[in-house]
Amino acid sequence: MTLKTMTLTAIVALSSAAAVAEEVRVYNWSDYIDEDLLTKFEEETGIDLIYDVFDSNELLETKMLAGGSGYDVVVPTGSFLARQIQAGAFQPLDKSKLSNAANMWEVIEDRTARYDPDNVYSINYMWGTTGIGANLAKVKEVLGDDAPIDSLDLVFNPDNMAKLAECGVYFLDAPDEMIPAALKYIGEDPNSMDADVVAKAEPVLTAVRPHVKKFHSSEYINALANGDICVAFGWSGDILQARDRAAEADNGVEIVYNAPKEGALMWFDQMAIPVDAPNPEAAHKFLNFIMEAQNMAAASNYVYYANGNKASQEFLEEDVIGDPAIYPNEETLQNLYIKEAYPPKVQRKATRMWTKVKSGT
Amino acid sequence: MMRRFVLIAIPYLWLLALFLVPFAIVFKIALSDAAIARPPYFPQFDWVEGIGAFLAELDFENFVWLTEDDLYWKAYLSSLRIAFISTFLTLLVGYPMAYGMARAPEEWRPTLMMLVILPFWTSFLIRVYAWMGILSNEGLLNQFLIWTGLIDSPLTILNTNTAVYIGIVYTYFPFMILPIYSALERLDGSLIEAAEDLGCSRLQAFWLVTIPLSRAGIIAGCFLVFIPTLGEFVIPSLLGGSDTLMIGKVLWEEFFSNRDWPVASAVAVVLLLLLIVPIVLFQRNQQKQQEAEQ
Repeated sequence: MTLKTMTLTAIVALSSAAAVAEEVRVYNWSDYIDEDLLTKFEEETGIDLIYDVFDSNELLETKMLAGGSGYDVVVPTGSFLARQIQAGAFQPLDKSKLSNAANMWEVIEDRTARYDPDNVYSINYMWGTTGIGANLAKVKEVLGDDAPIDSLDLVFNPDNMAKLAECGVYFLDAPDEMIPAALKYIGEDPNSMDADVVAKAEPVLTAVRPHVKKFHSSEYINALANGDICVAFGWSGDILQARDRAAEADNGVEIVYNAPKEGALMWFDQMAIPVDAPNPEAAHKFLNFIMEAQNMAAASNYVYYANGNKASQEFLEEDVIGDPAIYPNEETLQNLYIKEAYPPKVQRKATRMWTKVKSGT
Repeated sequence: MMRRFVLIAIPYLWLLALFLVPFAIVFKIALSDAAIARPPYFPQFDWVEGIGAFLAELDFENFVWLTEDDLYWKAYLSSLRIAFISTFLTLLVGYPMAYGMARAPEEWRPTLMMLVILPFWTSFLIRVYAWMGILSNEGLLNQFLIWTGLIDSPLTILNTNTAVYIGIVYTYFPFMILPIYSALERLDGSLIEAAEDLGCSRLQAFWLVTIPLSRAGIIAGCFLVFIPTLGEFVIPSLLGGSDTLMIGKVLWEEFFSNRDWPVASAVAVVLLLLLIVPIVLFQRNQQKQQEAEQ
């Protein structure tokens, strides 16, 4: 064999090896999919799926802005998506490769267009609200039968929190969720982009901080379910998952989720393809797979979050589509607010305030 | 002549490529502004605009910011305090162990040395996770103490500074033991005999002869513990609570949670300046020791 043919053979061998081992890397939130879907995708497409999880938008954004994350599909929340689109982190979706696009729900697409105009870069995966998860028995034991479990008063009134500290309270470690909630509590605009208004959240948060056991964005599912804590300010579906884990464990823990009556944040988690994705072709296949009505329904039935897929609704179980905590009725929907991305200077103030609140200095 | 030049040049090239160049990059980012871009700072170097326009955009604003916000100096001070206390605690634990090893019969020493080094074969992270299991409210330590009847309700150790000290002392004490051991092992036993013959009690001999002669080892061990502890991130974030303030953690937050690379870089530059002082002292100590030996 001459050197030339040897090289050629080597190249052919290498490229065919690459073709066999086609893979797609997905970076999604923790506890956010029915894992059977992952195997189903691999069986249907023959593509190796590498599935990693995160629990913080901030961490995802750091990876997106640094570039070269190696992921093909990522799932930022709307306000973060908007900023990352502006920074040039994503590639426009090739709609011709998304044959299931007609399944999407225009009601949700209208709302997500505020973050991603015309939904050019992303599709909605799930959406939900941020609110209060409570261990009913324990909270009543501490605060009495008329405990305000559906009000921000429960978590932002220092008197209530001082008592709840006995049985444990977790807050999300997410300034973009906690600051708007604190502003809502004192009657300010939660979506304010004014640094002076945002600053008003600090005393509210500082006053209750000593009574917060931990700031964490995923551990509260298990902590609530085990009865280690009695209140968590967290994401709707996560708290409903805690409710179900407790019911399965049959440990006498009863968890309820309430969107605060003063108003709750409505958020949208969007699937997008990074501009430097190694395998955008497979990424589109993954998105199209997720957009299939039955697959999306399976995911929602599993994680108790509403999705942006109209066609999936006929496959949803009654305790998902019929639960107003997941698919809010018209009245609750009126009470939900959204939060857009802060401009850089306000963002710096907001995150700095958060660091201070958490470290207690 | 040429050979000598090459020999000298190699370590300098090493230093240039692995220390100075990365430092220059970090320093440059510290002088820029946070921006919504990829990567998230501005200005980025652009050959078309030229170096003049690029330099004009840089300023010390981020360093000014560090002085205005008391979070940072509190974090630096708190890190210094934690590093000092843990170095002292490590010395307290490490010296007797090193002393015992050096006094042990010759044939035991390799085994004892092995026991000190053995934990390094397990991942550092797993060892810290193990401490989480030991120290938590339902952990082994509390179960044991309740079983013995010493306490009725579990002690809260995990997520406090105490847990951080335990973690640091555990992780770094081999760095303390090894240099002290090597100093003590070389110690001439006849000097202590002489001291005792001349009327010293055993304690006096230890204080007046053994300690001064192992001084170099103590100093080396202290620096080896102090320097990495100052910038420690993993131990405080896994074992510490939300009120454990350490600069390594603040740096991580700036970078990953706040996505503010310029401020994170400024924090890193100041941390490096803080570290240079003990490193230079350490170097001088090593040099003096070498000279003394020659």
